[in-house]
Amino acid sequence: MSDVVIKVENLSKRYRLGLIGRTSLHEDLARWWARLHGQPDPSLRLDQLQRLETAGRTGGLAGSGLEHVWALRDVSFDVKRGEVLGIIGRNGAGKSTLLKVLTRVTAPSLGEVKMKGRVASLLEVGTGFHPELTGRENIFLNGAIMGMTRAEVKKRFDEIVAFAEVDKFIDTPVKRYSSGMYVRLAFAIAAHLDPEILLVDEVLAVGDAAFQRKCIGKMGDVAKGGRTVLFVSHNMGTVSSLCSEVVWLKDGCVYKRGATGDLVSEYLQSGTSREGMAELLPARHRVISPFQIETIELIGADGRRTGMVNYGEPLEITLGVRCLEAMTGIQVGIEIVSGGSCLTTVMTPPFSMSPEEGRRAVSCVIPAKVLLPGYFELHVGASRHETMTGLDWVPEALSFSVLSVVHDKADVLDRRQRGVVSVPVSWSGLTGEA
Amino acid sequence: MRQDQGPNEMSSSREGDHWDVVLRPQAAWLDLHLRDLWRYRDLVLLFIRRDFVAQYKQTVLGPIWFVLQPLLATLVFTVVFGAMAGLSTDGLPKLLFYLSGQIVWGYFAGVLNSTSTTFVSNAHIFGKVYFPRLAVPVSITLSEMIQFGLRLAFFACFWVGFYWSGSGIRPTAALWLLPVLLMIMAALALGLGIIFSALTTKYRDLRFLLTFGVQLLMYTTPAIFPLSTLHGNYRLIMLVNPMTPIIEAFRYATMGVGTCEPLHLAYSAIFAVVVLFIGVMLFTRVERNFMDTV
Repeated sequence: MSDVVIKVENLSKRYRLGLIGRTSLHEDLARWWARLHGQPDPSLRLDQLQRLETAGRTGGLAGSGLEHVWALRDVSFDVKRGEVLGIIGRNGAGKSTLLKVLTRVTAPSLGEVKMKGRVASLLEVGTGFHPELTGRENIFLNGAIMGMTRAEVKKRFDEIVAFAEVDKFIDTPVKRYSSGMYVRLAFAIAAHLDPEILLVDEVLAVGDAAFQRKCIGKMGDVAKGGRTVLFVSHNMGTVSSLCSEVVWLKDGCVYKRGATGDLVSEYLQSGTSREGMAELLPARHRVISPFQIETIELIGADGRRTGMVNYGEPLEITLGVRCLEAMTGIQVGIEIVSGGSCLTTVMTPPFSMSPEEGRRAVSCVIPAKVLLPGYFELHVGASRHETMTGLDWVPEALSFSVLSVVHDKADVLDRRQRGVVSVPVSWSGLTGEA
Repeated sequence: MRQDQGPNEMSSSREGDHWDVVLRPQAAWLDLHLRDLWRYRDLVLLFIRRDFVAQYKQTVLGPIWFVLQPLLATLVFTVVFGAMAGLSTDGLPKLLFYLSGQIVWGYFAGVLNSTSTTFVSNAHIFGKVYFPRLAVPVSITLSEMIQFGLRLAFFACFWVGFYWSGSGIRPTAALWLLPVLLMIMAALALGLGIIFSALTTKYRDLRFLLTFGVQLLMYTTPAIFPLSTLHGNYRLIMLVNPMTPIIEAFRYATMGVGTCEPLHLAYSAIFAVVVLFIGVMLFTRVERNFMDTV
């Protein structure tokens, strides 16, 4: 049964450029007066006027290319009931615009969108939270903004509070909440919306890693409950763990649609020049010294550069370093960061370097099955072994995702395994085979 | 709230023909989404609560502010216009005359000023989630009614004092008109407010005009001089202002002095309905693409 619940047909969205904050009543009146008398628009610049005339001569849509930009062009796709569809694409490809049109924040310029059932959108968590109101009051307010009735919020109230882990502070104004509590409460409300269609932006990039995992789990449950989810994200890790299919947007058009596994790897390869490699330009360095880290690169198991690795495969990080005067006792370090907190720092033993040898490549390998699926950032730096003085420091040098794409039965990640890293442990006291 | 596919719709439509939400570039002028607004009535109530709670939680005096503001204006008017300039108050006690004008005009001006910034001051919410945008100005109109009620009770205290001290004021049968007056006023202020809110998304400079205009407009109502003292063109100008019959009728109903003619009130009511209709139409037009311009 082909049960289509979202139908997007030839959707286009046009934005006007440069007009923002420029119109005044006087200008519009002048324009209206000119139109009445068959004169050209007085607020147009000369070059625009010429373009307009050319367009008129060639019979094109007069003025259509003028100060306008098409954020979406002729986008068409269907989504079936129960499907979890990912929307991927580079910055400016039209992902956010698409979501804004679908969530009715803004109207389409051309084309049509049809949806069946109740729609809820999550472009942000905690929209409309008021700092003076208590957690309880904000749950009702935010729930209502998201489209729930009072009775529905009441029914889920205890669940929301338990999920957010804020039961003790529920009657405290949210301005006294820690930022973590605030986000947890906001997300808990969103997670307990009960829509048939859920439209989600990258709101998961909030909160601590454990909470993120909990939310992703919750979203997975939503999808399994037969609901339709549209998920817009940069994070290929989350996309591949949640979505069955993806739509790839490029320059406002649907470039490709297909199974997640194929398209995600194609998407990643298409961006090899950018993903998995960064030139650390001088402006990004917080500490300047004769010793500098110039490049950072990630190499996957197949020996190629990549912005993402599988959970079951090792990852090699390579730093290109250069030294302008002979130095001893140099230590290079890499911080692995997730959700804003540093998981661990790995450091080289002290080594020496001289200017004659040019650039040297320093590599380390993170073994397979250490980092759990998720999104990680790398800060890199260097310092002197004896004095501990800093030689270099580049925060957010590079980011990458760990995926749970499975090739081998032994690599299957247990859904119960939460957290960011796995630690090798040995058990005792267990007898008998399972 | 789910829009259930009733048996009628199912039988009359082929599979996949029933869509709950259809988004198109152009909307009919008369498609006002009023049913949507009704579905979100809980949100309107919560907005009212939020405005009320948030407003007095941040102040020292709390809800007293609601009555302090018209009282201070009244005292100033009583001294300046009543005592120093010696303007007529239709034979009413000066304090009651000015206070009645202040609370009635205060409601109108309050609703107009707050609803006129609907789009600009809620851009951060409107950009993130859809709900019928009218919920915001409607909730403002209703929450200002709470303030109006408080002020009315305050006015009643003074009224009782003057009544017992034998100042000659007397309520008339027109008292039952009070809710009607409030409704007309609410429709008028809401309608004008949302017209301005729709226009200010495009012409930001209108906001200054409004603040200034509202102040100026007060002088063409009987908030300061009664209609009975004016003649000829001046009287006509004052009567053109649809708030004039409302203030006069309010004074007549509560104190027995003032011009209360059905024809004048009918004019105000029709004016209000037309303005509200135009306002809602413009508002629903603007809300569709407003986010593209901020």
